[in-house]
Amino acid sequence: MENMESPENIIRLKNVLFGYHYHLPVIDGVTLNIPKGGFIGLLGPSGSGKSTLLKLIVGLHKPWEGEILFAKHNNDKDQKFSIIGYSPQVEGIDWDFPVTVRELISMGVWNQSGVFPWINKTSRIEIDNLADELGIGGYVDRQIKELSGGEQKRVFLARALIHNPKILILDEPTAGLDNANKDNFLKILTDLNSRGITIILTTHDIDGVAKKLPWIVCLNKTIISQGIPNSTLSENILYRTYDLK
Amino acid sequence: MLLNTDFLFQPFHYEFFTRAIVVSILIGGTCGLLGVYIVLRGMSYIGHGMSHAVFGGAVISNIIGINFYIGAAIWGILSGLLITEINKRYKIKADAAIGVVTTAGFAIGVFLMNTGQTPLKNFEALLFGNILAVTDLDFIFILIVSIITIIFIFFFQKRLLFTIFDSETAKVYGVNIYRIELLFSIILAIVVIAAMNSIGVTLLAVAIIAPAISARLITNNFFKIIILSCIIGIIDAFLGMYSSFYIDSPSGATIVLFGASSFIIAIVYSHLKKLQHMHFHGEKKHSHLHTHSEEHRHEH
Repeated sequence: MENMESPENIIRLKNVLFGYHYHLPVIDGVTLNIPKGGFIGLLGPSGSGKSTLLKLIVGLHKPWEGEILFAKHNNDKDQKFSIIGYSPQVEGIDWDFPVTVRELISMGVWNQSGVFPWINKTSRIEIDNLADELGIGGYVDRQIKELSGGEQKRVFLARALIHNPKILILDEPTAGLDNANKDNFLKILTDLNSRGITIILTTHDIDGVAKKLPWIVCLNKTIISQGIPNSTLSENILYRTYDLK
Repeated sequence: MLLNTDFLFQPFHYEFFTRAIVVSILIGGTCGLLGVYIVLRGMSYIGHGMSHAVFGGAVISNIIGINFYIGAAIWGILSGLLITEINKRYKIKADAAIGVVTTAGFAIGVFLMNTGQTPLKNFEALLFGNILAVTDLDFIFILIVSIITIIFIFFFQKRLLFTIFDSETAKVYGVNIYRIELLFSIILAIVVIAAMNSIGVTLLAVAIIAPAISARLITNNFFKIIILSCIIGIIDAFLGMYSSFYIDSPSGATIVLFGASSFIIAIVYSHLKKLQHMHFHGEKKHSHLHTHSEEHRHEH
């Protein structure tokens, strides 16, 4: 087991190289330290490797080269999924699928909610409390299609949060939301971050999201730049990130 | 005129018929249960495909003289493995993998049946089903398969649901999705084998799919879908079997026609339900099944 060099970093990526096709890397030599309690936005255009980088971190892909290390944890699968809360892009979700909000959130604790097909009492209470906290308490028995876009995003956030993870990894969590809902969602995330949860999210929205985050990593296959929004979101860096001439 | 109860209970005077009714109810319920997961996975074709694939195994087991169930089970499980592997390793969608693997399996059966030296026993029963020829061994096999299926669904329900709904996240959360898919394929293969003698490989797909899609049209609640699908499967099987006695029709085909009828009834019900929710936004007539939450507004 290899531990992190700095105890302050909860995840460390070292020269990570990965692609879906031979000789065509999507992530090319990415080295990145995620500090414990950090709130980081990965910014880049479509196809820049943002989602792929998240999938590498959560273990859906294995790097061709380099390594991804977790603080006080090796890459053991069981340990990793207990500290990570992951929410993918919801664009591919079948909203007609016959699950209620409570059933969807319970997926995050599938291994803790009892061996029977139904959710045990403890998990049910935890789910309902979390739903209340995220403002979707009144909808737990509704089918997921019956919710608005903002509510649907919060349901997926609840599934990522229900097992009390230390790290939240969210792929485009604000995509498709109007400005008011984006702000509400970011407010919830800021609150979670203030309670010590490390957050990594992807976004392609510069004004609506990136500018409001404490730390930005501009990515386009490799890290173009990183820092606080004021210094990172300069014209020169954005031109390079978005491949503009 | 008084109803002649003797006439109604006449079929049950025959032992073979009573056994056939029990077997068809077991198959109907089990297919209804499994069908829900198949429909929600968007793999309705797998029922059709798997039933054809195991035909190859049945013919081979007949030629080499081994027990039909052993040959068909090995063949079915291998087909399931192959479909899962092709789908996982290559960029080929599940429907295409199912199409090639299962039709090739069926073709091997047809090829060997026509070129083999040994004539195939019960050839017609395998293709079109003959529930009245079900033996004690068949009954025991079907009973065991039904129990295994219920146990599997009971204990794997949460993992199955997570995998079907969002397999990538399920993997992140420690669900072994390949093991789940493999176990599911194996269960499907043995259910198909259990049902093929009685309903027939060419007709089985409807018995698996029809109850599930009918239930899906009636409710949005997952547990209600499961219960309804099993009940519809059982009712279709019972009515199909029972009426085939009086109208002297092939039992497998009659069960399947009842399955198709239940689907038509479900469509009518779903349409009526939609009409009930019809409402107006200004001059626009409009229907949807959801309630309006605080944030939910739409414009026309």
